Amino acid sequence: MTDNVLEIRDLAVEFKTDTGITHALRDVSFDVPRGKVTAVVGESGSGKSVTANCIMRIIQPPGKIVSGDMMFSPTRTDPYDIVSLDNKDPRLVDLRGDLISMVFQEPMTALSPVYTVGNQVAEAILCHRDVTEEEAWEEAADMLTRVGIDDVPRRIHQYPFEFSGGMRQRVVIAMALVCNPEVLICDEPTTALDVTIQAEILTLIRDLQQELSNSVLFITHDLGVVAQLADQVVVMYQGRVLEIGTVRQVLKEPLHPYTRGLLAAIPGIVPKGQRLETIASVVGDSDIETAYPLTRLKDGREVSLSPEALREIDNE
Amino acid sequence: MRSYVIKRLIGMVPTLLLISMIVFVVIQLPPGDIVTSTLDRLQAQGVEISAEQVQNLRAQYKLDKPMVLQYLYWIGNFVTGDMGYSYLYSRPVNELVWERLGYTLLISISALLFTWAVAVPAGMFSAVRQYSVGDYVLTTVMLVGLATPSFLLALVAMYAGYEWFGISIGGLFSPEYRDVPWSLARVGDFLSHLWIPMIVVGLGGTASTMRILRANLLDELNKPYVVTARAKGVPPIKLLIKYPLRIAINPFISTIGLLLPVLISGEAIVSIVLNLPTTGPALIQAIVNQDMYLAGSFLMLLAILTVVGMLLSDLLLAWADPRIRYE
Repeated sequence: MTDNVLEIRDLAVEFKTDTGITHALRDVSFDVPRGKVTAVVGESGSGKSVTANCIMRIIQPPGKIVSGDMMFSPTRTDPYDIVSLDNKDPRLVDLRGDLISMVFQEPMTALSPVYTVGNQVAEAILCHRDVTEEEAWEEAADMLTRVGIDDVPRRIHQYPFEFSGGMRQRVVIAMALVCNPEVLICDEPTTALDVTIQAEILTLIRDLQQELSNSVLFITHDLGVVAQLADQVVVMYQGRVLEIGTVRQVLKEPLHPYTRGLLAAIPGIVPKGQRLETIASVVGDSDIETAYPLTRLKDGREVSLSPEALREIDNE
Repeated sequence: MRSYVIKRLIGMVPTLLLISMIVFVVIQLPPGDIVTSTLDRLQAQGVEISAEQVQNLRAQYKLDKPMVLQYLYWIGNFVTGDMGYSYLYSRPVNELVWERLGYTLLISISALLFTWAVAVPAGMFSAVRQYSVGDYVLTTVMLVGLATPSFLLALVAMYAGYEWFGISIGGLFSPEYRDVPWSLARVGDFLSHLWIPMIVVGLGGTASTMRILRANLLDELNKPYVVTARAKGVPPIKLLIKYPLRIAINPFISTIGLLLPVLISGEAIVSIVLNLPTTGPALIQAIVNQDMYLAGSFLMLLAILTVVGMLLSDLLLAWADPRIRYE
């Protein structure tokens, strides 16, 4: 058995829209080592979340995986390629929520407002294991206690709107971890939270990762978070992987000019009057200024879909 | 919760009193009364009535008393459950109302069930398969249904029922069962007549219900909580029903209470076309003929059902949506 729980190879995802075909991912390849934290960094639109959704196979139409494979090697079952799974494949049911689970960006909207948190956490267990309702609720209560929710016997019967943002994110984390998944995907779990809560949630994720020793794929655009949490870093830009390395390597001696630009753009203490670095066009294609997704138009031209480009296309 | 309901119920009293006064005044507003409209009818038939007889009639119906007294007399009896006497039908209003309300209730509820049974699955399909052929077909059919006046539909349904199924036209019973006591055969006959009003009355609401459900569901389908539940491994059908549908259906729950007043006033035209013994046509007849007590009673019942329906809506919505319950 390899040491990688997930090996992504040449993954390509396209979104077919009225404007043309947008290449959300092109030839993305990286490994998720078992029991480690892998961070995927990149700016908005670089394909981080699309990658995560591909792993869960919850990519929404018109998005479509067009090529590549994702070899998943869980300890509980035989390895298989996630991309080749049929939509009705029973393994997909185990994949979602049981073997791999996900924490989303928006704790305020990630829970249904009309069910109690206990109901929603216990449901994750009931979907995957043959237990009674009471047993599921008991396990849910245990997990909620572990993620640091006080007074669980009372809180478990409350609705999401009775929780603060940070507490809700704890509930979402409990929901994701309650089946003890082999891979936990965190899609910018702290972006919507304020800074002090961010720190708490990050500590919680790190502690639980060490305790449960599952593999974590941590998606973020915050390099500070990467430094705190990650073992390995994957840098993405415009649907491509630019650089892969250990956290030390990437943060101390970045190889790719884009990564250097990314690091230089972190706001720090700068002398008065000095401007913050911005990321200029550093990637090979000279006409690309920012990370707008590459799109092949119907006439075959490839453009970066900036607002200006869109306006031009509309005028034609 | 209980104190809230009691508070609301007490709050209804002044509202209803005010409505009762307005109702009474409005009924009295048009020139003439039941006696003049009776006179008109009799004179059209060539019957002469002396001024003395007219006076006697007025006295008999207490129409010679001042309006305030008439109001007090009416509302006093109404509160004790006596809704007065219908001049038009020469029967107590109570009898008339209860007899018609039963049928109206049956037709309204079956029509509502029909509406939901068709609109909810259709709306779900349309939303989940947005812009598919099925979505367009359903939408087109529903819009045609929405654009067709229900009385026209009633005529078509009656023709179809007679032509293809041999069901006698109109009414809720075949002629041979019209005035006999209830029996199993009569119930069967009733049910065989029920489906036309059920579909005709129900179809009007189906199109709008389906379109609203489709729009609500489309709003909810890609909400983060649905994606979260999907990532949790909830199977597709359960996911659809438990998460987005549960939220998309909330606005409809709040409209259930508003259906109460429709029990009395609704679908009068269809009822007239189909010759149904419901409350709608009776209300119109009562108003046209200035049958004071019958019209007043109907309007008062309408008002009561409206305010009770509002309370019921609020309670149902609170039951359905915890966010409202806790405020």
